[in-house]
Amino acid sequence: MSDKKVYVIPCSGIGKASASVGRDATYRVVEDLLPDRADTLCLALLTLEDEEAREKVRDNYVVAIDGCAKDCARKNVEAAGRAPDIAHRVQDYLKKHKDLKPEAVLDVGEGGRKLVEIMSEELAGEIVGLLEEDD
Amino acid sequence: MALETRPKFVGVLSCSGEEEPEGTIARNAVRLVMEKYRPGITVSLCLPLYLAGDSGEQEFAKRVPVIAVDGCEKACARLSTEKYSGEVSDAIDIRALLRQWGVEDELSRSHPRELEWELAERVAREIVRIIDRYIEEGKVAATNTR
Ligand code: SF4
Ligand code: SF4
Repeated sequence: MSDKKVYVIPCSGIGKASASVGRDATYRVVEDLLPDRADTLCLALLTLEDEEAREKVRDNYVVAIDGCAKDCARKNVEAAGRAPDIAHRVQDYLKKHKDLKPEAVLDVGEGGRKLVEIMSEELAGEIVGLLEEDD
Repeated sequence: MALETRPKFVGVLSCSGEEEPEGTIARNAVRLVMEKYRPGITVSLCLPLYLAGDSGEQEFAKRVPVIAVDGCEKACARLSTEKYSGEVSDAIDIRALLRQWGVEDELSRSHPRELEWELAERVAREIVRIIDRYIEEGKVAATNTR
């Protein structure tokens, strides 16, 4: 089994509740669902072109989660030298679960929390699939 | 009548800080300033847009005085602003502040509890002090404070 890690990197979205959902789903995956294989990384380090962070991205699997169509997480990963192995926008999940609209940036509310659950379960499944392909 | 040319807003820019509890405090403190303490005068920016956006975002520090709020000494918000946009007017390093305040508790990056929220409030008040100083010094035209 490959000992590569999976870095789940959400966008930093300071102004969008959807970005908060992406971040919360990231924490759920890396801390609760796949703590042994997955971790997160400060996206701002990639913006800063920090060499250690860029190396982590190049040498491991990366999942980019974006809060809007500007796709900051995906683009900052790409600027580090490779495309993410998995890339999603929170909006893609929202389209499938229109009733689970997140409420606010600081507190995504009940609907937002349900969306975090759905999203993190699906993401964890995809990540396991990615790791199995490598075995 | 003299034409008002001073900026009307203060830019408050948080690092992304997903990896570190202090990064979560940085984001939450900036949101508290935007929503609760100085909503009329504060503007922010998603930091990774410096690299992922169009060149408009790189005008940020040229248009408004920027307070960089960083979770740790890596200073991603301050250094990214300097790299892509221009000088910052002030910078806060939350890890250094917590040391100064004698906070030694283990903090959560993902599930802020009462303590993390208290610290975010305290950092927010530090940011507000800087904004109010800019207003007092006439660095910004305070027509939109609330
Ligand atoms: S993808 Fe959208 S919400 Fe996320 S950091 Fe970029 S601009 Fe902000
Ligand atoms: S300043 Fe520190 S906490 Fe903030 S994004 Fe950079 S490395 Fe992360």
